[in-house]
Parts: sequence; C-alpha cells; structure tokens
Amino acid sequence: MTTKLFGEPVRRREDARLVTGQGRYLDDLGPGALAAAFVRSPHAHARIRDIDVSAALDVDGLVAIYTWEDLPGALAEPLPLLIPHPALTHGRTAYPLAKDVVRHVGEPIVMVVAEDRYIAEDACALIDVEYEFLKPVVGVEEAVQGVHLVHEDVPGNVGAHMVQEVPSRDGRSAAEAIAAAPHTLEFRLDIERSACMPLEGKGVYARWDADDQSLRVYSSTQTSTSVRMAVAAKLGLPLPKVEVIAPDVGGGFGVKIVHPWPEEILIPWAARLLDREIKWTEDRREHFVSSAHERAQVQHVRVGFDDEGRVLGLDVTILHDNGAYTPYGIIVPIITSTQLLGPYKIGAYRVEFSSIYTNTVQVTPYRGAGRPQGVFCMERTMDRVAAYLGRDRTEVRAANFIGPDEFPYDQGLIFQDGRPLIYDSGNYPESLRMLKELIGWDSFPEMKARAAADGRRIGIGVGCYVEGTGVGPYEGGHVQVTSDGRVHVSTGLTSQGQGHETVFAQIAATELGVPIEKVSVVTGDTRRFGYAVGTFASRAAVMSGNAIALACRKVREKALRIAADALEADPRDLEITDGIVHVAGTPSASIPLATVAVLSNPLRYAFDEETKRATQFSGASSMDRPPVDEGEEPGLEGRDYYSPIRSTFASGMHAAIVETDPETAEITILRYAVVHDCGKLINPMIVEGQIHGGVAQGVGGALYEKMVYDEYGQLLNASFMDFLMPYATEVPRIETAHLETPSPLNPLGIKGAGEAGVIPVSAVIASAVEDAEAIPIDRMPISPSDLHTLRLRLAR
Amino acid sequence: MKPPPFDYHAPVSVDEALEALAEAGPHGKVLAGGQSLIPLLNMRLVAPSQLVDINRVGELDTLTADAGGVRVGALARHATVERSAEAAAVQPLLRQALALVAHPVIRNRGTVVGSLVHADPSAEMPAALALLGGSVRLARLGGEREVAAADFFIGPMESAIEPGELAVSAFFPALPPRSGTAFREVARRHGDYAVAGMAALVTLDEDLRIVSARVACVSVGPGPVVVDVSDACGRRPAASVPWDAVTAAVRDRIDPDEDIHATAEYRRHLTGVLAERALKDAARNAVTEAAHE
Repeated sequence: MTTKLFGEPVRRREDARLVTGQGRYLDDLGPGALAAAFVRSPHAHARIRDIDVSAALDVDGLVAIYTWEDLPGALAEPLPLLIPHPALTHGRTAYPLAKDVVRHVGEPIVMVVAEDRYIAEDACALIDVEYEFLKPVVGVEEAVQGVHLVHEDVPGNVGAHMVQEVPSRDGRSAAEAIAAAPHTLEFRLDIERSACMPLEGKGVYARWDADDQSLRVYSSTQTSTSVRMAVAAKLGLPLPKVEVIAPDVGGGFGVKIVHPWPEEILIPWAARLLDREIKWTEDRREHFVSSAHERAQVQHVRVGFDDEGRVLGLDVTILHDNGAYTPYGIIVPIITSTQLLGPYKIGAYRVEFSSIYTNTVQVTPYRGAGRPQGVFCMERTMDRVAAYLGRDRTEVRAANFIGPDEFPYDQGLIFQDGRPLIYDSGNYPESLRMLKELIGWDSFPEMKARAAADGRRIGIGVGCYVEGTGVGPYEGGHVQVTSDGRVHVSTGLTSQGQGHETVFAQIAATELGVPIEKVSVVTGDTRRFGYAVGTFASRAAVMSGNAIALACRKVREKALRIAADALEADPRDLEITDGIVHVAGTPSASIPLATVAVLSNPLRYAFDEETKRATQFSGASSMDRPPVDEGEEPGLEGRDYYSPIRSTFASGMHAAIVETDPETAEITILRYAVVHDCGKLINPMIVEGQIHGGVAQGVGGALYEKMVYDEYGQLLNASFMDFLMPYATEVPRIETAHLETPSPLNPLGIKGAGEAGVIPVSAVIASAVEDAEAIPIDRMPISPSDLHTLRLRLAR
Repeated sequence: MKPPPFDYHAPVSVDEALEALAEAGPHGKVLAGGQSLIPLLNMRLVAPSQLVDINRVGELDTLTADAGGVRVGALARHATVERSAEAAAVQPLLRQALALVAHPVIRNRGTVVGSLVHADPSAEMPAALALLGGSVRLARLGGEREVAAADFFIGPMESAIEPGELAVSAFFPALPPRSGTAFREVARRHGDYAVAGMAALVTLDEDLRIVSARVACVSVGPGPVVVDVSDACGRRPAASVPWDAVTAAVRDRIDPDEDIHATAEYRRHLTGVLAERALKDAARNAVTEAAHE
C-alpha cells in the first residue's frame, strides 16, 4: 500500500464548503415550505384546563392548528423510552403535544402551521391556554423529599435507583474497607446544569409525495436511521416509504441523538395530512427550554486511604437531576458512576445513584455524557487525599494508577452498553510523565513563588480520565467502485462537523490504494445506507471507520480476483497503487481499478467505449461459467459491519495554570496542556481540533455556564446574553501531546476522540483555583463572584 | 423569535423622520443600529406598531470635534467614533469607553446615540456622558431641546426622550486642561456588559495635585451613578491619596442589585476596586497630559 493517508494530517475536505457558506443546513432547505411554530408552556408545572384557539383563526396565512386531541393512533401516545433499563423503574416520557399536564417551561402544547414563521408566531401569540397551577419541583435535594411530585405516579420523584458494588480483592465491601482504612475523608460536591448548545438548533423539514405515497424527512439529527424507524412506526407507514436525511448539521454534542423529538414526528405527520411541505427550525429560545440539558448532580463522597494515598475504599452517592422526563433512560448517571474510577484501581467501590425528576428541561447526554461529573468527583477526591497527606497531587494519582502491564483491566462494573467495564489498553504513567513535562509541573513551585513576590496568585491543577468510546451495537459501511474509477463510500451514522468526510475517505483511500480525490463519502442518508445506530459516545471513527475498512477489504479482494483473471496473474502478487492494479515489481502488467469495475459487472448494453469490454461478445467471460459466478454479485462493491465485543477505552490527562486576581477575583487560564491517547490516530489534525473544541466546552462548564432556574421553575438565563458560553477570548491556547496505545479490539487499532477534550476540564480548573487560593473548591462552575464569596467566608 | 407585525418607515431626512414619529406618537420606535431593538423585537419583548428606520437619513451621520467637545450624530456608529483621532484628541474617554462596548461587529453597527437613548445602566456610553456632563439633543416636529446628562437618564432603560422625539445628536465636552480619563470594568466575558464598571475623570493643579476627581459607576444603580470624590482625594498627588477613603465614598453612593452573575456584595466590592484603578489610571493620564501642556 503506497497510498498512505491513514495517520496523516489531511486537510478537512468539508471545510471549503462549510466556511464559505456553501453548507446546506436544515433551514437552507425547502424555502417555499410552510412554517410550523409551537405554543409552549410558560409554566413549569400546570394542568391544562382549556385551549382556546378562536382568536388565532382569523390570522391571514394560517393553515392549521393542532393540539393533542388531534393526534391519531400512536402519535397520541407518549414518546418512546429509548433506552429501557431494569433500574429505571419509573421511566416517563412526554407526549408530542402536552395531553393534560405540562411539566417544564417550554413543553409543546399546540402546533401552528402557517404560510411563514412570522405568521405562525403571530397565531401562537393569540392562542389562549388556561392553566391550573401545580407546585413546581426544582432542585434534586428538594425533589427527593417527595413533598410535591413531578409525576403523580412516581413516588419520591425517583425515576431510577441503582447500586453497583465492587469488593476489594480481599473481599471487603467499600464500607468495610473505608472503616479499616488509616485515613478517611467525607465531602459533598455540586455540579451545575449546562447544555450542548450547538450553533444550529434542531430542525425538521418534511415532504410528502402523494404520487409515490412516500415521505422524505430532513432532520438536523445525530441518527437518521432511527428517526426513520420512529417516523414510520408513529405514522403507520411502510419503512421503505420513509427516507430520512441528515443534511449538513451545525453541531450536535448529544442533544440531537435524542429522538424522535416531538417535532420530528409532528412535522412529517402534518406534511402528509396537509400534503404540503412543512418546515420547523428551532430558535434559540426554544432550544434553551425545550431540548435538553445535562450535568447537574450532587455527590456525597466517602473515601478511605493509606499513607501513600492509595484509595482502599470509595463510596459515592449521587443525586442525578434528570429533569421532567427520561427518554434517554439513565445513561448519564450510569456513565458517571462507572467512569468515575478513571485510570485508577480502587480497593473497594460502592456507587449508588438516584435519578430524580424535577420540573425542568429533561436531561440527556451532552458531550462527555456524565463523565465530567464522575471525573470531577474522582479528581477532587485525589486532590483532597493529597492535601490531607501533604503529598504532591500527581504522586497520589500515580500511586493509584492501573499499571501498563495490567491490561485488559476489569473494573468489575457493568458499563452503559450492558457489557463488562474492561479497559482494553492504556499507559497512564507515561501519560502523566508527558503531561508533567509539557506543563512544567516540577518547576511550578518556583514560578508560583516568583508570582507571589509580585503580588500575583497562580495555581496549577491536574485531572485524569478514562473514556469508554466506540460503543456498539454496530455500524456498517458500503463501498462501491464505479466504472469511472470513483469510489463511493457510505455509512449510516451522521456527521455534525467532525470531519467524517475526510477521515472516512482517508481510510478508504488507504485500504483501496486510490487517490483520496477519487473517494466521496455520504453519511446519514437512509437512501444510501439503511442500517445504523448513530453518532454519539465518541463512536463514529471506531464504528464506521472500522466497518468502512472491512468493506474496503472485501472490495479490494474482489478487485484483485478480477484483475488477476484479466492479467493472468496470481491475486497474491497484485498491488493497487494510485487506483491501478499491477503486478508487484512489474508496473507494466496493470489494469486500472476503473476497468476492473467495468469487468465486475457483465453487461448486455454498452454505454461508452470502456464498457464495451464487459459486454457479452467481448470475450471477457469464460464459456464454462455463468457470467455472474455462483457466490458472486455484479459490481465492484462491498458492504460490511463492525460490531465490537466491548467499548474501547481512550484516556487522557490535562493540566492548567490559572491566575486569580487578588482584588477582583477574576480567574484567567494562563496555560492549558493536554496529553491524549485515543489509540492510533487517523488524522492528528482532526483529533487536535476535537480536543480544542472539547476543552473550549469544558472551560464553559468550569467557569461560565449554568442554567439558572428559580423556585418557580423559570429558566432565568434562556438566551446567549445571560447563558455564558466562552468566546475565543476566554479559551486559552491549548498545548497538546499524543500518546498512541493501539486498541487490540478493532482492526484499525483506534479509539474514540470526540468527547475527550471536555471531560476533565472542570476538575482541572477546580484543582488549579484551589491551588492558587488555598480554598477548597467543591462546586462548578466558579465565577469571580463565587470566588469572592468563598474568600469572604474563609476570612470570617 | 420573529417580531410581531409593524409598519415600517424609511425616511431620508430628519423632517420626514420627525413627521413619521409625530404621527406614530407613543406607538413609534426609532431603528438606528438595531443592536438592542432587533433582539427585543424578535423576542416580542417590545411591540411598537410603527418602526422608523433612520439609517437613510444621511444628515444624521455626523461626527464633529472642536475645542469645546465632540458632537456625535445619531447615525455615527460606535466604530466610527472609536476610530476618530480627532474625537480621541478632544475627549479621550470616548475611545476608552468604546473599546469596552461589546465586540467589533456590534460596534460596526450600533450607534452612540442609540446606546444613550437605550439607557442601559450596564452600558458604557451613558456613564461616559454622565461623567463628562454632556447632553443629548432631542428634536421634534417644530422644535428642539438639549437635555443635560443629569436629566437624561431617568431609570433602567428609561431616558427623558418623549414620544415624537428623535435624539439627533449627543455632545461630549472636551477634556479640561491637566486632566485625564480612564474606563475600567470587569465583565464575565470579553465584551459582555460589565458586572461593574467605572469611568473616571481627574484634573490636576499645576503641582500635579488632584483638584477634581469624579467617577461614573456602571451596573450598580438604575443609571450611571456619578460620584464626586474630589474632597476624599484631598488635593494630593495620586500617590498619597487615601484610597480606602475614596473607595468607601464611592461604595457608599451605590445600590447594586444581585443577579445571576454576581452578588450585590461582590458588585459593591468590585466598584471600590475599579474606582481606585480607574482614578489612578486617570490621574496618570492627567500627569501625561499636563506634561504636554
């Protein structure tokens, strides 16, 4: 293979399109479509007494108004509970349009369809909903008291309760191990709500073809195949009559893996009913109050450890705020509770979580998906152990690391895919060594002393994580070489800007030995590939990347077989270079892959000079065998699937140096360093971009972002003026180093990289601020006002 | 997030604009840079039935600076004023304040006069006008009045402009001799509205002692809070000013609120810190200015 592209920093092929305004996002489609808008609940908890639409009926340009009572059949049922789990004893999902009770501000009640969005919103403003107010439940600690209920039939507001316990090697429970430990600590941690906030919100555009009795749906989704199945089921349509396409999607970060959103089934339903194209584009305010949030947890930690800082027993109790509904099950707290252990081997571990309903927007995975909270817990624990013992924070971590020779390492827990949490590979001591060198850990005390002499406060922080990536069940890839020599790759999962067109093309070009310019990639279009799961859990490269590689290998094998026939050579002597199959060492004995593609498809009818070679009088085929031999198929194409036995575990470590202003309490990140191990790198530039974006979101979670709900369940900062995402000016330059510990689990030896950057940032910044201020930091995010308050408290 | 229906007027002269506004009365709203009005419209937080777009009124796109001060026309964009060397030479606070107004793309579109009329207590330009004792010229059909800053800012998002009136210009007095200005603020993110902010103006005597010192506080009251701290500074050079007494004097005059970004206590603390920093900056600039005279 001379066309080596795998591992090269190939420039992103999608960028020219995306950065010059040539992208085709949901709202760019269907300019003539009708527009939908929704009347959403202004109250956090209320019973709907009456809906009076009469005033809206006179609005010029109004087409239709729908409430729950208009919904037929399966549409009138609650939305699917996507991931049932035995511990989710009280899973609850919303109706597409509220039936009797609204349980958070923003819940959709009425859908209005009109000639344009302006008119639709005018009509919405004239619809009068009469409410009977119910007591809103806000905050997990209030909710778990169970005085007022989010769902009448869910006692204590507890959706799920789950315990996992791993005894120590000598058979002690966590409680016993902690009781017997030389030192113990106990503390509480708080993490606030944030949200994915993709640049492009959700959106759906549907066209019904009455002649063909078929439906085409475009959705800004992370899973077009699964939306397709949901739409077909909810509308009672045959699956082949529904196609779903994810066009260019302006970011997802998790919120768009949830499906079907109410709008994803309501818009197609109305499009069919009215036989008109309809589009709904979510606006930012809708996104704040009617999509999904994440992160909020309260954690209680008890830890027992020895003089070296080795953790002998760890007991964590988590109250997880799942908002008003649980369509995505309890994936987030499961991930928190299992990934909490990070790169460490803990003596005995017990984790208990309760997933609690509140009258707030539902909680579903946001990049990191529960890991930032778990890592915050574990890394705060490591820092507290180090502080208690007066030891260096990195020493305490190193004392707890799983050794490089201990893989595969079984943590004894069940992971989010229902499979054992077994780490496949990693090298944590080497990561830490690289990180300390990159940030200058050992020389920092001098730097800190120099700064202090100038009246400046600086601090250094560190955080480690392990991330289970490449979650199953499977993805597939289809590769077709056409008679013009082009290579068409498709996979069912979707893209939201990650660079899949580039990395999948790199994989195909490398596997097939063709120039990358010949390769085109399609994702998320059910017309091209119908079987897929979706893009989440840092899985696209691992899952579709390997599936495409396997499909390419099938194509390559077939190409060599056909070429060998044509060249009268042994397939084992053939190579493919720059799209030409040739005998190794004899470049003149060659045949272009394009011609192989022609020969692969026996023709009766030629359509150009080249294809004459495959027609029945060309003498191309043997008279002893049928033109398409037994077990063969026409065409030079291949399809394969990759289904992993388990997740593969990437890891990384971050460090930061921060400065806190002694007077204003402003917090500035002076340096940020990342060591990252996602196995073999397909494209180091794209991996770095993923890390940068992740760290930026992590900085948001650490210093800026929180969803502020008042006691009435009103979201007080539902706009970008008051929900503070970091600008470029708030994101530090990010210094990165890569370690490549290949995964033994998949053919390409790769691990996922999508979420990694965000995971440890809150832990790292907390660690650094704590070091600068010598004040325990136990909640994130932290603002200058918060830090000022902590200083005052300490002074008192 | 689409605005409710409104009638749109696009006058090309001040007279036409005033006619439209007179007819609209309390239902009229002027659109200039639109950096606050358009989001408010889209969120349906305001619903004027008559929108008078003055962007085609070329006679309002003016910026003049002379020995007396800087007069900024209603269509002068933040960026234009910020970049004007003439304006900066006459009154350096303008450029100092404008550098803190949001981001370049917003400054390219937003107008100084629009910001004044919007009267956001967290905005920089009202503080600058109040500190300098400037004024706003309000025109109506058949008349005009000049309203001093002290009378112009009435409350949060409320200025003295009446229905039918158009703010045609604002006047920022020139920097007095041996004087310096400064603007300091703390914002959650670069370019955000200030959690607290401070404009300062210091004038020195010939021995470089402070004879006059004033600040205007941002985000800690219903409008810009102007505090004269000349007495607290006590005719001393900046290096020997009792700063604790000065910051206490400023903190005593403000009444900050708590919001989701900061406690009232933090704002009060920050206001003192920023007052000291801004006054020291202004005094330093005054020394430089005095050296040039």
